[in-house]
Amino acid sequence: MSDLHHSPLESAHLSLSARMVPFAGWYMPVQYSSIIDEHRAVREKVGIFDISHMGQVFISGPGALDQLNRLLTNDLARLGVGEGQYTIMLNENGGVIDDLIAYRSAADEYFLVINASKIEEDVAWLASHLTDGATMRNESETWAGMAIQGPQAAQVFAHVFPAENLPPRNGIATLANGSIVCRTGYTGEDGFEFFCPAADGIAFWENFIAAGAAPCGLGARDTLRLEMGFPLNGNDLAPDRTPIEAGLGFFCDLQKSAFTGRDILAQQKTDGPQLKLTAIRCTEKSPPPRAHYPVLDIDGRTIGELSSGALSPSLSIGIGMAYLPAAYSKLGTRLLIQVRERTFPAEVVKKPFYRPTPTA
Amino acid sequence: MNIPADLRYCASHEWIRLEGDIATVGISDHAQAELTDVVFVELPSIGRKVDAGDPTAVVESVKAASDIYAPIGGEVIEANDAVEADPSLVNTDPYGKGWIFKLRVKDPADAASLMDASAYQSHIA
Repeated sequence: MSDLHHSPLESAHLSLSARMVPFAGWYMPVQYSSIIDEHRAVREKVGIFDISHMGQVFISGPGALDQLNRLLTNDLARLGVGEGQYTIMLNENGGVIDDLIAYRSAADEYFLVINASKIEEDVAWLASHLTDGATMRNESETWAGMAIQGPQAAQVFAHVFPAENLPPRNGIATLANGSIVCRTGYTGEDGFEFFCPAADGIAFWENFIAAGAAPCGLGARDTLRLEMGFPLNGNDLAPDRTPIEAGLGFFCDLQKSAFTGRDILAQQKTDGPQLKLTAIRCTEKSPPPRAHYPVLDIDGRTIGELSSGALSPSLSIGIGMAYLPAAYSKLGTRLLIQVRERTFPAEVVKKPFYRPTPTA
Repeated sequence: MNIPADLRYCASHEWIRLEGDIATVGISDHAQAELTDVVFVELPSIGRKVDAGDPTAVVESVKAASDIYAPIGGEVIEANDAVEADPSLVNTDPYGKGWIFKLRVKDPADAASLMDASAYQSHIA
Protein backbone atom coordinates (compact mmCIF):
# COMPACT_ATOMS: atom_id res chain seq x y z
CA MET A 1 0.00 0.00 0.00
CA SER A 2 3.07 2.24 0.03
CA ASP A 3 2.28 3.57 -3.45
CA LEU A 4 -1.14 4.78 -2.28
CA HIS A 5 -1.92 8.20 -0.89
CA HIS A 6 -3.08 8.17 2.71
CA SER A 7 -5.90 10.31 4.05
CA PRO A 8 -5.05 12.51 7.05
CA LEU A 9 -8.13 10.87 8.65
CA GLU A 10 -6.86 7.31 8.20
CA SER A 11 -6.19 6.59 11.88
CA ALA A 12 -9.76 7.65 12.69
CA HIS A 13 -11.09 5.18 10.10
CA LEU A 14 -8.95 2.38 11.47
CA SER A 15 -10.13 3.03 15.01
CA LEU A 16 -13.72 2.76 13.71
CA SER A 17 -12.80 -0.63 12.13
CA ALA A 18 -13.51 0.67 8.64
CA ARG A 19 -12.97 -1.65 5.71
CA MET A 20 -10.23 0.10 3.73
CA VAL A 21 -9.72 -0.25 -0.03
CA PRO A 22 -7.56 1.34 -2.71
CA PHE A 23 -9.66 3.90 -4.61
CA ALA A 24 -8.38 6.32 -7.26
CA GLY A 25 -4.85 5.97 -5.88
CA TRP A 26 -5.92 6.48 -2.27
CA TYR A 27 -6.40 4.09 0.64
CA MET A 28 -9.94 4.92 1.70
CA PRO A 29 -12.85 3.54 3.77
CA VAL A 30 -15.44 1.73 1.65
CA GLN A 31 -17.68 1.05 4.65
CA TYR A 32 -17.75 1.03 8.44
CA SER A 33 -20.71 -1.17 9.36
CA SER A 34 -23.02 -1.67 6.40
CA ILE A 35 -23.32 0.19 3.11
CA ILE A 36 -27.11 -0.02 3.32
CA ASP A 37 -27.23 1.35 6.88
CA GLU A 38 -24.82 4.15 5.94
CA HIS A 39 -26.89 4.98 2.85
CA ARG A 40 -30.04 5.18 4.99
CA ALA A 41 -28.30 7.32 7.61
CA VAL A 42 -27.67 9.95 4.91
CA ARG A 43 -31.19 9.76 3.45
CA GLU A 44 -32.91 9.86 6.86
CA LYS A 45 -30.53 11.64 9.27
CA VAL A 46 -26.95 12.66 8.57
CA GLY A 47 -23.69 11.00 7.59
CA ILE A 48 -20.06 12.08 7.22
CA PHE A 49 -17.66 11.03 4.45
CA ASP A 50 -13.91 11.47 4.23
CA ILE A 51 -13.33 13.33 0.96
CA SER A 52 -9.66 14.11 1.59
CA HIS A 53 -8.86 12.20 -1.59
CA MET A 54 -10.51 14.90 -3.67
CA GLY A 55 -8.27 17.63 -5.01
CA GLN A 56 -8.37 21.26 -3.91
CA VAL A 57 -6.88 23.86 -6.21
CA PHE A 58 -6.95 27.66 -5.98
CA ILE A 59 -6.60 29.82 -9.08
CA SER A 60 -6.08 33.49 -8.29
CA GLY A 61 -5.08 36.75 -9.87
CA PRO A 62 -6.54 39.39 -12.19
CA GLY A 63 -6.58 36.94 -15.12
CA ALA A 64 -8.12 34.04 -13.19
CA LEU A 65 -11.71 34.59 -14.35
CA ASP A 66 -11.04 34.94 -18.07
CA GLN A 67 -8.43 32.21 -18.26
CA LEU A 68 -10.44 29.66 -16.24
CA ASN A 69 -13.59 30.51 -18.14
CA ARG A 70 -11.83 29.40 -21.35
CA LEU A 71 -11.19 25.96 -19.76
CA LEU A 72 -14.59 25.27 -18.18
CA THR A 73 -18.04 24.73 -19.70
CA ASN A 74 -20.19 26.72 -17.27
CA ASP A 75 -20.01 30.53 -17.13
CA LEU A 76 -17.79 31.51 -14.20
CA ALA A 77 -18.70 35.17 -14.78
CA ARG A 78 -22.11 34.45 -13.28
CA LEU A 79 -20.60 33.70 -9.86
CA GLY A 80 -20.69 36.38 -7.20
CA VAL A 81 -18.15 36.15 -4.40
CA GLY A 82 -19.19 33.21 -2.19
CA GLU A 83 -21.02 31.32 -4.94
CA GLY A 84 -20.20 28.03 -6.67
CA GLN A 85 -21.25 26.06 -9.74
CA TYR A 86 -20.89 22.56 -11.17
CA THR A 87 -18.77 22.69 -14.32
CA ILE A 88 -16.73 20.50 -16.66
CA MET A 89 -13.20 20.69 -18.05
CA LEU A 90 -12.93 19.41 -21.62
CA ASN A 91 -10.19 18.27 -23.94
CA GLU A 92 -9.84 19.63 -27.49
CA ASN A 93 -12.35 17.04 -28.75
CA GLY A 94 -15.04 18.09 -26.29
CA GLY A 95 -14.42 14.96 -24.20
CA VAL A 96 -14.46 15.14 -20.43
CA ILE A 97 -11.19 15.58 -18.56
CA ASP A 98 -12.96 16.15 -15.26
CA ASP A 99 -16.15 17.38 -13.69
CA LEU A 100 -15.75 19.67 -10.71
CA ILE A 101 -17.25 22.41 -8.60
CA ALA A 102 -15.77 25.88 -9.02
CA TYR A 103 -16.38 28.38 -6.23
CA ARG A 104 -15.57 32.07 -6.29
CA SER A 105 -13.84 32.23 -2.92
CA ALA A 106 -12.77 35.87 -3.27
CA ALA A 107 -13.08 38.62 -5.88
CA ASP A 108 -10.05 37.35 -7.86
CA GLU A 109 -9.84 33.82 -6.51
CA TYR A 110 -11.50 30.55 -7.54
CA PHE A 111 -11.50 27.33 -5.52
CA LEU A 112 -11.80 24.12 -7.55
CA VAL A 113 -12.71 20.76 -6.02
CA ILE A 114 -11.64 18.04 -8.45
CA ASN A 115 -11.74 14.24 -8.61
CA ALA A 116 -9.05 12.24 -6.80
CA SER A 117 -8.20 10.16 -9.85
CA LYS A 118 -7.70 13.29 -11.97
CA ILE A 119 -5.63 15.57 -9.73
CA GLU A 120 -2.38 15.15 -11.65
CA GLU A 121 -4.05 15.39 -15.05
CA ASP A 122 -6.17 18.41 -14.09
CA VAL A 123 -3.27 20.26 -12.52
CA ALA A 124 -1.06 19.57 -15.56
CA TRP A 125 -3.83 20.72 -17.91
CA LEU A 126 -4.42 23.90 -15.90
CA ALA A 127 -0.68 24.60 -15.64
CA SER A 128 -0.23 24.26 -19.39
CA HIS A 129 -3.12 26.64 -20.15
CA LEU A 130 -2.81 29.34 -17.48
CA THR A 131 -0.56 32.27 -18.29
CA ASP A 132 0.39 35.60 -16.73
CA GLY A 133 -2.22 36.98 -14.40
CA ALA A 134 -3.43 33.62 -13.02
CA THR A 135 -1.59 31.66 -10.34
CA MET A 136 -2.39 28.09 -9.32
CA ARG A 137 -1.99 26.74 -5.79
CA ASN A 138 -2.56 23.01 -5.36
CA GLU A 139 -3.64 22.19 -1.76
CA SER A 140 -4.66 18.59 -2.54
CA GLU A 141 -1.92 17.01 -0.41
CA THR A 142 -2.08 19.42 2.51
CA TRP A 143 -5.80 19.55 3.24
CA ALA A 144 -8.33 17.24 4.80
CA GLY A 145 -11.86 17.21 3.42
CA MET A 146 -15.12 15.80 4.70
CA ALA A 147 -18.70 15.88 3.46
CA ILE A 148 -21.54 16.07 6.00
CA GLN A 149 -24.73 15.07 4.20
CA GLY A 150 -28.34 14.45 5.13
CA PRO A 151 -31.48 16.24 6.31
CA GLN A 152 -29.86 16.92 9.71
CA ALA A 153 -26.58 18.27 8.30
CA ALA A 154 -27.40 21.87 9.23
CA GLN A 155 -27.99 20.85 12.86
CA VAL A 156 -24.57 19.17 12.93
CA PHE A 157 -22.97 22.34 11.60
CA ALA A 158 -24.78 24.50 14.17
CA HIS A 159 -23.68 22.18 16.96
CA VAL A 160 -19.99 22.27 15.97
CA PHE A 161 -19.92 25.94 14.94
CA PRO A 162 -22.58 27.71 17.05
CA ALA A 163 -21.24 31.17 16.12
CA GLU A 164 -21.09 30.55 12.35
CA ASN A 165 -23.60 30.38 9.50
CA LEU A 166 -23.75 27.87 6.67
CA PRO A 167 -23.54 29.50 3.25
CA PRO A 168 -26.63 29.19 1.02
CA ARG A 169 -26.97 26.27 -1.43
CA ASN A 170 -23.88 25.99 -3.70
CA GLY A 171 -22.17 28.72 -1.68
CA ILE A 172 -18.75 28.87 -0.04
CA ALA A 173 -17.62 30.58 3.16
CA THR A 174 -14.43 30.83 5.16
CA LEU A 175 -14.93 30.30 8.87
CA ALA A 176 -13.24 32.30 11.62
CA ASN A 177 -10.78 29.41 12.16
CA GLY A 178 -9.72 29.60 8.48
CA SER A 179 -11.43 26.40 7.34
CA ILE A 180 -13.67 26.40 4.27
CA VAL A 181 -17.28 25.28 4.16
CA CYS A 182 -19.24 24.72 0.93
CA ARG A 183 -22.98 24.02 0.79
CA THR A 184 -22.59 21.24 -1.77
CA GLY A 185 -22.40 17.47 -1.92
CA TYR A 186 -22.76 14.31 -3.95
CA THR A 187 -25.81 12.70 -2.35
CA GLY A 188 -28.80 14.87 -3.33
CA GLU A 189 -29.42 15.68 0.34
CA ASP A 190 -28.82 18.99 2.06
CA GLY A 191 -25.32 19.15 3.44
CA PHE A 192 -21.92 20.74 3.31
CA GLU A 193 -18.33 19.98 2.46
CA PHE A 194 -15.65 21.06 4.89
CA PHE A 195 -11.95 21.61 4.17
CA CYS A 196 -9.20 22.31 6.70
CA PRO A 197 -5.46 21.80 7.14
CA ALA A 198 -4.64 18.07 7.30
CA ALA A 199 -3.39 18.24 10.89
CA ASP A 200 -6.75 19.57 12.12
CA GLY A 201 -8.81 17.00 10.22
CA ILE A 202 -9.27 14.32 12.86
CA ALA A 203 -10.42 16.78 15.53
CA PHE A 204 -13.16 18.15 13.24
CA TRP A 205 -14.08 14.64 12.03
CA GLU A 206 -14.61 13.59 15.65
CA ASN A 207 -16.57 16.75 16.45
CA PHE A 208 -18.95 16.15 13.55
CA ILE A 209 -19.46 12.55 14.64
CA ALA A 210 -20.06 13.64 18.23
CA ALA A 211 -22.70 16.05 16.85
CA GLY A 212 -24.58 13.14 15.29
CA ALA A 213 -23.05 12.39 11.88
CA ALA A 214 -22.68 8.66 11.14
CA PRO A 215 -19.38 7.71 9.46
CA CYS A 216 -20.08 6.60 5.88
CA GLY A 217 -17.76 5.07 3.29
CA LEU A 218 -17.28 5.19 -0.44
CA GLY A 219 -19.78 2.34 -0.91
CA ALA A 220 -22.70 4.44 0.32
CA ARG A 221 -21.30 7.50 -1.46
CA ASP A 222 -21.59 5.57 -4.72
CA THR A 223 -25.16 4.31 -4.19
CA LEU A 224 -26.30 7.76 -3.01
CA ARG A 225 -24.88 9.57 -6.04
CA LEU A 226 -26.21 6.96 -8.45
CA GLU A 227 -29.76 7.29 -7.06
CA MET A 228 -29.49 10.97 -8.00
CA GLY A 229 -28.13 10.15 -11.47
CA PHE A 230 -24.94 12.09 -10.67
CA PRO A 231 -22.12 10.91 -12.95
CA LEU A 232 -18.85 9.47 -11.65
CA ASN A 233 -15.86 10.43 -13.77
CA GLY A 234 -14.12 7.28 -15.01
CA ASN A 235 -17.44 5.39 -15.04
CA ASP A 236 -20.03 7.69 -16.57
CA LEU A 237 -17.71 10.38 -17.93
CA ALA A 238 -14.71 9.75 -20.15
CA PRO A 239 -12.29 11.57 -22.48
CA ASP A 240 -14.18 10.20 -25.51
CA ARG A 241 -17.63 11.25 -24.25
CA THR A 242 -18.91 14.83 -24.27
CA PRO A 243 -21.12 16.47 -21.64
CA ILE A 244 -23.87 16.71 -24.30
CA GLU A 245 -23.80 12.91 -24.60
CA ALA A 246 -23.68 12.69 -20.80
CA GLY A 247 -26.85 14.79 -20.47
CA LEU A 248 -24.96 17.66 -18.82
CA GLY A 249 -25.84 20.32 -21.40
CA PHE A 250 -27.38 22.44 -18.64
CA PHE A 251 -23.86 23.01 -17.29
CA CYS A 252 -22.41 24.03 -20.67
CA ASP A 253 -22.93 27.67 -21.55
CA LEU A 254 -22.58 27.81 -25.32
CA GLN A 255 -23.42 31.53 -25.33
CA LYS A 256 -20.43 32.63 -23.26
CA SER A 257 -17.02 33.41 -24.79
CA ALA A 258 -15.16 30.52 -26.39
CA PHE A 259 -13.94 27.60 -24.28
CA THR A 260 -12.01 24.44 -25.11
CA GLY A 261 -14.34 21.94 -26.78
CA ARG A 262 -17.15 24.45 -27.31
CA ASP A 263 -17.58 24.06 -31.08
CA ILE A 264 -17.93 20.29 -30.86
CA LEU A 265 -20.60 20.64 -28.17
CA ALA A 266 -22.47 23.22 -30.25
CA GLN A 267 -22.41 20.91 -33.28
CA GLN A 268 -23.63 17.95 -31.21
CA LYS A 269 -26.39 20.04 -29.71
CA THR A 270 -27.55 21.07 -33.19
CA ASP A 271 -27.33 17.57 -34.68
CA GLY A 272 -28.46 15.74 -31.56
CA PRO A 273 -25.95 13.37 -29.95
CA GLN A 274 -25.76 9.84 -31.36
CA LEU A 275 -25.23 8.39 -27.90
CA LYS A 276 -26.93 9.48 -24.69
CA LEU A 277 -26.17 8.57 -21.10
CA THR A 278 -29.48 6.94 -20.23
CA ALA A 279 -31.03 6.21 -16.85
CA ILE A 280 -32.30 2.64 -16.65
CA ARG A 281 -34.45 1.14 -13.93
CA CYS A 282 -35.26 -2.56 -13.56
CA THR A 283 -38.96 -3.38 -13.67
CA GLU A 284 -38.60 -6.65 -11.76
CA LYS A 285 -36.42 -8.05 -9.03
CA SER A 286 -32.90 -8.73 -10.34
CA PRO A 287 -29.36 -9.20 -9.13
CA PRO A 288 -27.61 -5.87 -8.55
CA PRO A 289 -26.83 -4.31 -11.95
CA ARG A 290 -23.13 -3.44 -12.16
CA ALA A 291 -20.83 -1.48 -14.45
CA HIS A 292 -20.03 -3.26 -17.75
CA TYR A 293 -23.12 -5.50 -17.72
CA PRO A 294 -24.54 -5.57 -21.28
CA VAL A 295 -27.72 -3.62 -22.08
CA LEU A 296 -29.92 -5.23 -24.73
CA ASP A 297 -32.92 -4.05 -26.68
CA ILE A 298 -36.19 -5.93 -26.22
CA ASP A 299 -35.22 -8.27 -29.08
CA GLY A 300 -32.02 -9.26 -27.33
CA ARG A 301 -29.53 -7.24 -29.38
CA THR A 302 -26.70 -5.72 -27.35
CA ILE A 303 -26.88 -1.92 -27.63
CA GLY A 304 -24.48 -0.83 -24.91
CA GLU A 305 -23.21 -1.55 -21.43
CA LEU A 306 -23.83 -0.09 -18.00
CA SER A 307 -21.36 2.61 -16.97
CA SER A 308 -22.67 2.40 -13.37
CA GLY A 309 -25.18 0.20 -11.63
CA ALA A 310 -26.48 -0.79 -8.22
CA LEU A 311 -29.38 -2.19 -6.32
CA SER A 312 -30.86 1.08 -5.08
CA PRO A 313 -31.03 0.93 -1.27
CA SER A 314 -33.81 3.55 -1.24
CA LEU A 315 -35.93 1.96 -4.00
CA SER A 316 -34.99 -1.72 -3.51
CA ILE A 317 -34.71 -2.16 -7.29
CA GLY A 318 -31.86 -2.29 -9.78
CA ILE A 319 -30.77 1.02 -11.34
CA GLY A 320 -28.01 1.96 -13.73
CA MET A 321 -26.80 4.27 -16.47
CA ALA A 322 -25.52 3.43 -19.94
CA TYR A 323 -24.50 5.24 -23.11
CA LEU A 324 -27.12 4.07 -25.61
CA PRO A 325 -27.94 5.06 -29.19
CA ALA A 326 -30.28 8.05 -28.94
CA ALA A 327 -33.21 6.04 -30.34
CA TYR A 328 -33.18 3.93 -27.18
CA SER A 329 -32.98 6.80 -24.72
CA LYS A 330 -36.68 7.81 -24.83
CA LEU A 331 -38.51 7.55 -21.52
CA GLY A 332 -40.34 4.26 -21.16
CA THR A 333 -38.24 2.36 -23.72
CA ARG A 334 -38.17 -1.31 -22.71
CA LEU A 335 -34.70 -2.80 -22.36
CA LEU A 336 -32.97 -5.84 -20.91
CA ILE A 337 -29.96 -5.95 -18.61
CA GLN A 338 -27.81 -9.05 -18.88
CA VAL A 339 -26.49 -10.49 -15.63
CA ARG A 340 -24.29 -13.51 -16.24
CA GLU A 341 -26.32 -15.73 -18.62
CA ARG A 342 -29.77 -14.30 -17.79
CA THR A 343 -31.53 -11.09 -18.79
CA PHE A 344 -33.80 -8.93 -16.65
CA PRO A 345 -36.40 -6.42 -17.88
CA ALA A 346 -35.78 -2.72 -17.39
CA GLU A 347 -36.97 0.59 -18.77
CA VAL A 348 -35.63 4.05 -19.49
CA VAL A 349 -36.61 6.49 -16.74
CA LYS A 350 -36.08 10.14 -15.92
CA LYS A 351 -33.28 11.21 -13.58
CA PRO A 352 -33.08 11.34 -10.63
CA PHE A 353 -34.02 7.76 -9.80
CA TYR A 354 -34.82 8.91 -6.28
CA ARG A 355 -36.01 12.31 -5.14
CA PRO A 356 -34.96 13.25 -1.59
CA THR A 357 -37.54 14.74 0.73
CA PRO A 358 -36.92 18.50 0.88
CA THR A 359 -35.41 19.64 4.16
CA ALA A 360 -37.71 22.03 6.01
CA MET B 1 -16.37 -15.76 14.75
CA ASN B 2 -18.81 -18.66 14.95
CA ILE B 3 -17.43 -21.95 13.48
CA PRO B 4 -19.71 -24.84 14.47
CA ALA B 5 -17.78 -28.01 15.27
CA ASP B 6 -20.26 -30.36 13.56
CA LEU B 7 -19.75 -28.89 10.05
CA ARG B 8 -17.07 -29.26 7.35
CA TYR B 9 -15.61 -26.26 5.51
CA CYS B 10 -14.04 -25.33 2.16
CA ALA B 11 -11.14 -22.95 1.60
CA SER B 12 -13.64 -20.84 -0.39
CA HIS B 13 -15.74 -20.46 2.82
CA GLU B 14 -18.70 -22.77 2.14
CA TRP B 15 -19.84 -25.09 4.92
CA ILE B 16 -21.64 -28.42 4.58
CA ARG B 17 -23.74 -30.37 7.02
CA LEU B 18 -23.81 -34.03 5.99
CA GLU B 19 -26.80 -36.14 7.08
CA GLY B 20 -26.65 -39.56 5.37
CA ASP B 21 -26.13 -38.74 1.71
CA ILE B 22 -27.75 -35.29 1.95
CA ALA B 23 -25.44 -32.27 2.28
CA THR B 24 -26.79 -28.84 3.23
CA VAL B 25 -24.55 -26.02 1.97
CA GLY B 26 -24.16 -22.41 3.05
CA ILE B 27 -21.44 -19.83 3.64
CA SER B 28 -19.54 -19.36 6.88
CA ASP B 29 -20.04 -16.63 9.44
CA HIS B 30 -16.61 -15.33 8.42
CA ALA B 31 -17.68 -15.18 4.76
CA GLN B 32 -20.93 -13.33 5.48
CA ALA B 33 -19.03 -10.85 7.66
CA GLU B 34 -16.52 -10.25 4.87
CA LEU B 35 -19.24 -9.83 2.22
CA THR B 36 -21.37 -7.66 4.54
CA ASP B 37 -24.94 -6.88 3.40
CA VAL B 38 -26.07 -9.72 1.18
CA VAL B 39 -28.64 -8.21 -1.20
CA PHE B 40 -29.20 -11.04 -3.69
CA VAL B 41 -28.85 -14.82 -3.80
CA GLU B 42 -29.02 -16.70 -7.10
CA LEU B 43 -30.07 -20.28 -6.42
CA PRO B 44 -29.25 -23.36 -8.52
CA SER B 45 -32.02 -25.21 -10.34
CA ILE B 46 -33.26 -28.43 -8.82
CA GLY B 47 -31.84 -31.54 -10.49
CA ARG B 48 -28.62 -29.87 -11.56
CA LYS B 49 -25.61 -32.20 -11.24
CA VAL B 50 -22.45 -30.60 -9.92
CA ASP B 51 -18.88 -31.67 -9.26
CA ALA B 52 -16.89 -30.48 -6.28
CA GLY B 53 -15.65 -26.97 -7.06
CA ASP B 54 -18.39 -26.11 -9.59
CA PRO B 55 -19.88 -22.61 -9.19
CA THR B 56 -23.40 -23.49 -8.06
CA ALA B 57 -24.95 -20.35 -6.57
CA VAL B 58 -24.13 -16.65 -6.42
CA VAL B 59 -24.24 -14.43 -3.36
CA GLU B 60 -24.15 -10.70 -4.03
CA SER B 61 -23.37 -7.84 -1.70
CA VAL B 62 -23.74 -4.16 -2.61
CA LYS B 63 -20.17 -4.11 -3.95
CA ALA B 64 -19.54 -7.56 -5.41
CA ALA B 65 -20.90 -10.85 -6.74
CA SER B 66 -19.33 -14.02 -5.27
CA ASP B 67 -19.66 -17.54 -6.64
CA ILE B 68 -20.62 -20.25 -4.19
CA TYR B 69 -18.92 -23.52 -5.10
CA ALA B 70 -20.23 -27.02 -4.53
CA PRO B 71 -18.06 -28.44 -1.69
CA ILE B 72 -18.73 -31.98 -2.88
CA GLY B 73 -20.15 -33.63 -6.01
CA GLY B 74 -23.84 -34.51 -6.27
CA GLU B 75 -27.28 -33.41 -7.44
CA VAL B 76 -29.12 -30.32 -6.27
CA ILE B 77 -32.31 -31.55 -4.58
CA GLU B 78 -33.45 -28.38 -2.84
CA ALA B 79 -32.71 -24.63 -2.86
CA ASN B 80 -33.61 -22.24 -0.07
CA ASP B 81 -36.34 -19.97 -1.41
CA ALA B 82 -36.28 -18.08 1.89
CA VAL B 83 -32.85 -16.58 1.16
CA GLU B 84 -33.99 -15.62 -2.32
CA ALA B 85 -36.88 -13.70 -0.73
CA ASP B 86 -34.78 -12.34 2.15
CA PRO B 87 -31.05 -12.42 1.32
CA SER B 88 -30.18 -10.88 4.70
CA LEU B 89 -30.79 -14.32 6.28
CA VAL B 90 -27.31 -15.21 4.98
CA ASN B 91 -25.97 -12.47 7.26
CA THR B 92 -28.16 -13.01 10.27
CA ASP B 93 -28.24 -16.83 10.40
CA PRO B 94 -25.53 -18.22 8.08
CA TYR B 95 -25.62 -21.76 9.55
CA GLY B 96 -29.39 -21.93 10.01
CA LYS B 97 -32.10 -20.13 8.02
CA GLY B 98 -29.39 -18.78 5.71
CA TRP B 99 -28.52 -22.16 4.12
CA ILE B 100 -28.40 -21.99 0.33
CA PHE B 101 -28.90 -25.42 -1.27
CA LYS B 102 -28.95 -29.16 -0.56
CA LEU B 103 -27.16 -31.87 -2.52
CA ARG B 104 -27.66 -35.61 -2.71
CA VAL B 105 -23.98 -36.42 -2.67
CA LYS B 106 -22.35 -39.05 -4.89
CA ASP B 107 -20.01 -40.29 -2.21
CA PRO B 108 -20.38 -39.08 1.39
CA ALA B 109 -16.79 -40.21 2.04
CA ASP B 110 -15.61 -37.25 -0.11
CA ALA B 111 -16.53 -34.95 2.78
CA ALA B 112 -13.51 -36.28 4.68
CA SER B 113 -11.25 -34.19 2.44
CA LEU B 114 -12.91 -30.96 3.65
CA MET B 115 -11.64 -28.96 6.62
CA ASP B 116 -12.97 -29.53 10.11
CA ALA B 117 -13.74 -26.55 12.34
CA SER B 118 -10.23 -26.24 13.77
CA ALA B 119 -8.59 -26.43 10.34
CA TYR B 120 -11.01 -23.77 9.06
CA GLN B 121 -10.28 -21.63 12.11
CA SER B 122 -6.58 -21.70 11.16
CA HIS B 123 -7.45 -21.08 7.51
CA ILE B 124 -9.16 -17.77 8.28
CA ALA B 125 -6.79 -16.71 11.06
